[in-house]
Amino acid sequence: MSVQLTSPQFKGNARRALADPQLQKALGNVGQNFVEKRRQVAAKLPEFDALCDAARDLKDHTLAHLDLYLEAYERRVTEQGGKVHWAVTSAEACHVVLDICKRVGAKNVTKGKSMISEEIGLNDFLAANGISPVETDLGEYIIQLRHEPPSHIIAPAVHLNKEQIEADFRRAHQSLPPGRNLEAPTALLAEARSVLREKFLAADVGITGANFLIAETGSSVIVTNEGNGDLTQTLPKVHIVLASIEKIVPTLEDVSTLLRLLARSATGQEMTAYTSFSTGPRRSGDPDGPGEYHVVILDNGRSAMLGGQFREMLRCIRCGACMNHCPVYHAVGGHAYGWVYPGPMGAVLTPALVGIDKAGHLPNASTFCGRCEEICPVRIPLPKLMRHWREREFERHLAPAAARWGLGIWAYFVRRPRLYRLVTRIAMRTLSLLGSRRGRLKWLPLARGWTRHRDFPAPEGHTFQSRWKRRARYMP
Amino acid sequence: MSARDTVLASVRRSLGVTGREAPRRSAADDRLSRHPRGIIPKRGKLPEKQRIKLFCNQVEDAHGTIEQLASPEQVPAAVAAYLRSKNLPMSVRRGSDPRLEAIPWQSEPTLEVLLGRSDGNELASVSHALGAVAESGTLVLASGPDNPTTLNFLPDHHIVVVDADDIAGDYETVWDAVRDRFAGKLPRMINWITGPSRSADIEQTHLLGAHGPRSVHVLVIGKP
Ligand code: SF4
Repeated sequence: MSVQLTSPQFKGNARRALADPQLQKALGNVGQNFVEKRRQVAAKLPEFDALCDAARDLKDHTLAHLDLYLEAYERRVTEQGGKVHWAVTSAEACHVVLDICKRVGAKNVTKGKSMISEEIGLNDFLAANGISPVETDLGEYIIQLRHEPPSHIIAPAVHLNKEQIEADFRRAHQSLPPGRNLEAPTALLAEARSVLREKFLAADVGITGANFLIAETGSSVIVTNEGNGDLTQTLPKVHIVLASIEKIVPTLEDVSTLLRLLARSATGQEMTAYTSFSTGPRRSGDPDGPGEYHVVILDNGRSAMLGGQFREMLRCIRCGACMNHCPVYHAVGGHAYGWVYPGPMGAVLTPALVGIDKAGHLPNASTFCGRCEEICPVRIPLPKLMRHWREREFERHLAPAAARWGLGIWAYFVRRPRLYRLVTRIAMRTLSLLGSRRGRLKWLPLARGWTRHRDFPAPEGHTFQSRWKRRARYMP
Repeated sequence: MSARDTVLASVRRSLGVTGREAPRRSAADDRLSRHPRGIIPKRGKLPEKQRIKLFCNQVEDAHGTIEQLASPEQVPAAVAAYLRSKNLPMSVRRGSDPRLEAIPWQSEPTLEVLLGRSDGNELASVSHALGAVAESGTLVLASGPDNPTTLNFLPDHHIVVVDADDIAGDYETVWDAVRDRFAGKLPRMINWITGPSRSADIEQTHLLGAHGPRSVHVLVIGKP
């Protein structure tokens, strides 16, 4: 795995992100655009909630029969002249792609946006082997120029401002006149369009991801707004699709149900500009299209997830709504999460794929406000799954010593109710006396992490239990 | 063990199955062969007149433009007028789809009509859609010897002709038409196109004309 993992340093990442004014300005765009547009477009479709239930059920059905649908899918791809390659690990998937590129003598490789490619670290791997793929999604292209990972699963460059992108283009496109005006976003887009047009036309191999793989027809589906994925899969002589096992959907009807939810949840559109269904290589008589069609199906830990508490996470259709609605993501952005999948979905998925020992901070970086679960189009109970990770962390003694120690003391007292009542009564009285003047405490033993940033409201002097008792006495 | 066998074995271990259980197999086979429909939004089930109206509105909502013509004979003049309105040279490229072949292009003598795939040098193309979906204003195009995919993506302006009779309410109706036409298999490429190419990758600002066409113009034939 060549993608640098910085999830273990989440706390430091988050602190830096909060102190970065550029990033904070850029993150302001997430809440305003995505959230409001999604709300409007979902409100316009009375069947939206029913579709979410249907999507959950159809995903559950598919996962319960995943082996059979994978086999059916493979048969269909093969019948149409395509080839399916299986990969247990990231490294295997990278080698499959490299071997194909080498065999056809690829010099120029273009790529459509693919999170699986980020997950397996494909770009760095190919570069180390003498092949420099070019990202063609505008956001991915920008972050490739900056050697950064994406900070959002559908808007990879959402952490950047126009001025930063302009500086990157000036640095990368040295052959263009230095005095050109790149102030307007349209000028930046036009420049990227013309630079990348050359790359599209020169490519020998095009690599895309897949939003869905359809078992009924052996098709791969990509959903884009730019059209870059389509040029990537249409122009070169070889098309390679990268997808993970849970991308399988049984039928064209099933994929239609999911497509009614995907764009609405992701960008607040009724439908993206392009939804393309590729089935095998160029047919006889076809004037265009790739001569070879390959699909690399990656497991990378997912088949193991199927068996346990985290199976529901495999329903995810990568719409990004959970991060768009997450207060923690809004505050720290995607890079702080330290791997390719940020936000609530990343907080559940990353520990499953890289290990809870390395990504333990992520399921803890949540306020449990529950908005992610509310808006998830396939109804993944993200907070519950994060809680499962916290439990596992605790069981495996990975939780910080102070937390374990604190919980240990608490457990001692709650198992002794009389002692518990006595101790809490004394504590409440003391705290009330200490804070009586201002009604707030500036400092609290064992809770400095809290009081460093805000005051703690002082208790009024009675415990909940004693008040409850008194209340009960007045009841008829 | 091959990677394939390892993955499938691991999936089965997690699910606690062998893969040979008859009820599971028939559940999957059944879904694949019967392909039951899911929930179809009410707006996907409107009567014809309202359906076409919804389609037109949705195309415009997706930043496309649309025009209704009484017959295919009017296409050349409409194409020429569109090119003029955009200040484009009088030239288009198209595939040799029989429905496009039947159009009397010579009725517009100043319009140059080239045939075949795009190499990225033309400014405008004309395609014929296999169908369309009213609920989202989506055009459905299929690749084939007479319908190059490159015409959908490389030119700056994409003009798409669709018969009013082929405008369905929902996606599912179009899938059935595709199954009928291609004997249960899909052509190499099915493109759903909903408005022109766009990007919001720079500060979430919505910009048209990213890598594909900057404009999509739809000509609906019949039943104006
Ligand atoms: S977890 Fe749900 S909301 Fe988040 S990306 Fe996946 S499908 Fe979308």
